[in-house]
Amino acid sequence: MTDTTMRDFKSDPIVHTPSPSLPPPSSSVGVIGWMRRNLFSSPINTLLTVLGLYLIYLIVPPLFNWAFWNADLAGDSREFCDSGGACWVFVKIRLTQFLYGFYPEAERWRPNLAIGLGLVALVYCLIDGVPWRKWVALFLLVLYPFVTYFLLSGGVFDMPLVETSKWGGLLLTIVIAVTGIVFSFPIGILLALGRRSNMPVVRMLCVGFIEFVRAVPLISVLFMSLVILPLFLPEGVTFDQLLRALIGVTLFSAAYTAETVRGGLQAIPRGQYEAADAMGLSYWKSMRLIVLPQALKVVIPALVSGSIGLFKDTTLVLIIGLTDLLAMVQLAAADTGWIGYVKEGYVFAAALFFVFCFGMSRYSMYLERKLHTGHKR
Amino acid sequence: MKFTGTFLAAAAALAVGGSAFAGTLDDVKARGQLICGVTTGLAGFAAPDDKGEWQGFDVDVCRAVAAGVFGDPKKVKFVPTTGQSRFPALQSGEVDMLARNTTWTFDRDVKLGFEFTGINFYDGQGFIVRKSLGIKSALELDGASVCVGTGSTTELNLGDFFTANNMSYTPVVYVTADEIRAGYLANRCDAYTTDRSGLAAQRSVFPNPDDHVVLPEVISKEPLGPLVRHGDHQWGDVVRWSLNVMIIAEEKGLTSANVDEKKASTNDPEVKRLLGVEGEYGARLGLSNEWAYNIIKTVGNYAETYERNIGPSTQIALERGVNALWTNGGILYAPPFR
Amino acid sequence: MAVNAQDAAPKAALLYDAKFRSILYQIITLVLLIGFIAFLATNTISNLEKRGIATGFEFLKHPAGFGVPFSLIEYSEASSYGRAFVVSVLNTLFVSACGIVLATILGFILGVARLSPNWIIARIATVYVEVIRNVPLLLQILFWYVGVLSALPTLRESINIGDSIFLNNRGFYTPLPIAEPGFMAIPIAFLIGIIATSLVSRWAKKRQEATGEQFPVFLTGTGLIIGLPVLAAIVTGFPWTMEYPVLKGFNFRGGFVLIPEFAALLFALTLYTAAFIGEIVRAGIQAVSHGQTEAAHALGIRPRPTMRLVIIPQAMRVIVPPLTSQYLNLTKNSSLAAAVGYPDLVHMFTGTVLNQTGQALECIGMMMLVYLTISLSISAFMNWYNARIALVER
Repeated sequence: MTDTTMRDFKSDPIVHTPSPSLPPPSSSVGVIGWMRRNLFSSPINTLLTVLGLYLIYLIVPPLFNWAFWNADLAGDSREFCDSGGACWVFVKIRLTQFLYGFYPEAERWRPNLAIGLGLVALVYCLIDGVPWRKWVALFLLVLYPFVTYFLLSGGVFDMPLVETSKWGGLLLTIVIAVTGIVFSFPIGILLALGRRSNMPVVRMLCVGFIEFVRAVPLISVLFMSLVILPLFLPEGVTFDQLLRALIGVTLFSAAYTAETVRGGLQAIPRGQYEAADAMGLSYWKSMRLIVLPQALKVVIPALVSGSIGLFKDTTLVLIIGLTDLLAMVQLAAADTGWIGYVKEGYVFAAALFFVFCFGMSRYSMYLERKLHTGHKR
Repeated sequence: MKFTGTFLAAAAALAVGGSAFAGTLDDVKARGQLICGVTTGLAGFAAPDDKGEWQGFDVDVCRAVAAGVFGDPKKVKFVPTTGQSRFPALQSGEVDMLARNTTWTFDRDVKLGFEFTGINFYDGQGFIVRKSLGIKSALELDGASVCVGTGSTTELNLGDFFTANNMSYTPVVYVTADEIRAGYLANRCDAYTTDRSGLAAQRSVFPNPDDHVVLPEVISKEPLGPLVRHGDHQWGDVVRWSLNVMIIAEEKGLTSANVDEKKASTNDPEVKRLLGVEGEYGARLGLSNEWAYNIIKTVGNYAETYERNIGPSTQIALERGVNALWTNGGILYAPPFR
Repeated sequence: MAVNAQDAAPKAALLYDAKFRSILYQIITLVLLIGFIAFLATNTISNLEKRGIATGFEFLKHPAGFGVPFSLIEYSEASSYGRAFVVSVLNTLFVSACGIVLATILGFILGVARLSPNWIIARIATVYVEVIRNVPLLLQILFWYVGVLSALPTLRESINIGDSIFLNNRGFYTPLPIAEPGFMAIPIAFLIGIIATSLVSRWAKKRQEATGEQFPVFLTGTGLIIGLPVLAAIVTGFPWTMEYPVLKGFNFRGGFVLIPEFAALLFALTLYTAAFIGEIVRAGIQAVSHGQTEAAHALGIRPRPTMRLVIIPQAMRVIVPPLTSQYLNLTKNSSLAAAVGYPDLVHMFTGTVLNQTGQALECIGMMMLVYLTISLSISAFMNWYNARIALVER
């Protein structure tokens, strides 16, 4: 900022002391400076700022008033909803149904235990540098689904049988999402390996399956599991409605997982494959020990965002008659006592989904950063 | 695909096995439970109450069959089905029977491979409209938007009715009864059409039932009844005669309250045969001789279940009308029990 | 002995020969696959026989008997199931096409807004993208449907614009031009406009390469494509009559109508997909090195041409592949129409038609085929486009 012309050459041409720099003008530092830079740097920018503020004014205060300021939470019937805002009483009354569906009240400790167990194991796995981490992860991926299945359906150890038609709400959403994620993972890896195989028959099969499934919407796969699957089975063999949906969701998500994993496989330099061959490792050994550990590490963020997609897609099961979280909201809103309050239910379900998905996406970004530095080193 | 096969095989191991087509009755007995397909929820006909127990007029048909087979009306598993999933569910053997206000039509009986085992409700399709529209007849509906459910005979009858009367309409097509009602109440359409029993059931849960009126026209015949898979005659007979027992019981004045007393005192040979005092009629169906007694004792006769679920004293408030016994001016008529 | 040993050795080697094993594995896979397919086929055939279901596509000729709320072509209860199929395919394509156009526009705006130097605009865009991306689409469709139905006025209180455009909760009604003789001149003029524009742009490119002079291709093209049809209309004396929607009885009659189910579906698809496209655009713009801008500035190119000639063409290379899959997703997601009752392929064909006819295999097969075709066409087009704009290494 200081100008060279300010120097006085006559008085002392040898000693060279620049005068101290002036502070920047007050308009370019602090709050005002920040605002000038970020909000009012040009006439167009100023206009945009005003427009943006107006947009916020249009949306946020009414939303806040509706959701909090004018909302009702006390009471137990629609008569209590008279403030003109959101009627959270509806959500409060139906909360257990939104969470568990028609799961019998006395048995709700079982889903609680199953989900709690899963959460504890999951959080444990996400912490770096704890002992036994590998084993806990293995338990989570291999043993846990079966433990959960027996906990939820019962019929063993004095636990009464709870039919899958009674599972519902958030519980069912989580069951479908977790099953889809856990089971589609190995199938997806096999499909991806098959697609890169040098055996033409295997490759064609895998390409055909992956491309076919990725070309059609999930809902058509679900319809197929509902209408066509019974035709494919030998007579007398029938599947539970939930099981059919699970098969559809798993196969669907396996095709997407396969493409993600393939991306990872392609990112591994050819030298790694050749080195593994040179070591005399068999195909499966070289995949298990050399290629997959590297490939999967690269695609973990993409796998997490795939899981987010699957979690959101579970809502489609309502179209084939399963009562997931969204279907429970619709069912509850059809109750004569509560007609007209479906918006609150939707907002509640949206908030729940947002918490889950946003959490997962943040974790994936964290992973991306962490793995990135690891890669560069 | 190879892995898909393995996966399917593994899943099949988890699935329910059994040869459903060979002898449904044997399967049901071996399972210890009847699996009955019902609607996803239609007040008065089939809907879970606040404890999750299924109640309703169609549900009672299932309970009667369970009572006949096991002597216990509680041994039923209810599978909710939509208009779209009901037929695949029965065809695949996922359910043993459907009691789901399903209309008996030629195509369903012949082409889809089902056997209707009687009629438990004679219905007809009608319209409900807002009173504020001020119309008195369905013939005034020219140009109206009509809310209708998909995959049903109603959708076709609707088209036939408007075509036959040279009128135009706009259908608004939804999947479930709840969606149709929501659409109608949101004023998306002028009229709502389905079977008149369904209209009455839906009107009972409108916020202001009195603001709506069911138009007098009945535009179709809708004989509703239970159905089973084609080809298993023994099972078809069990379901058919479980329903007939309820109708005969009403004819003979047998109720769940007086059946014990009548069983001891009656001189009517048909009642004696029915209640297993004389002859071996139950055994011919592959059931116990007490089967009809059990149905009447635990579920009741036709009139009892009608009054309990959809009669004038309930919210649905349907008069017996054509569903009265033939002796009372209706068309309800069961073949003789001999 | 020695002969035996020699015999045994190649046998063992054969089993360990990579080529032989690969062929063996493939044969095993093939046998398993054929066995699996045969297993399914026998089951299906015996099941179909047991249930007395007739297969074949005869049913497509039978009259459908049900009405549809929205159709782009002439359709009545007397039309065949085949025509119902065409109606449903067109409806799917229509909502997808509208959605793709709108989502692309909104997505590019969002992507640029995310990178805006204006703090508030960037924050609003971020919040929008995060909220929309993390809530299931089906929920959003249902929400907008409830929103659309309750926000719009009832029939009697319709919003009336000049007695020709009406808006209420039954739909959005606009006048519909009905063609009269001579009308064909207008689309022909439109086609000529497009061909002329492409010729002009080729010529302009050649001239620019030869002389360096620029020619306003965009303006000329717009003039040709819009001007020629207008001219044709004036010359032929406006060969159409407008059919105005008129409130008669219960509803508006005549004119063109967009039903609220369509609006809710389109709204939700657009808002949802735009959030994803926004992220793709942002990533694409960020992927262009800052050095490119500086180099362009150093050459004395002004900011606007820099954006148009330097940044966007390079960003497009990064943007196009993921954009393709978003277009595909939008098309597939339009199948959620079933939730609100818009008569698309899934709701109307695999829902209503399948139920009325019981032809499950045929209906599901046709639906899958349509989606496969759409999806392959979009990928083929995008691959072509991709190859066209790909980096040409000289």
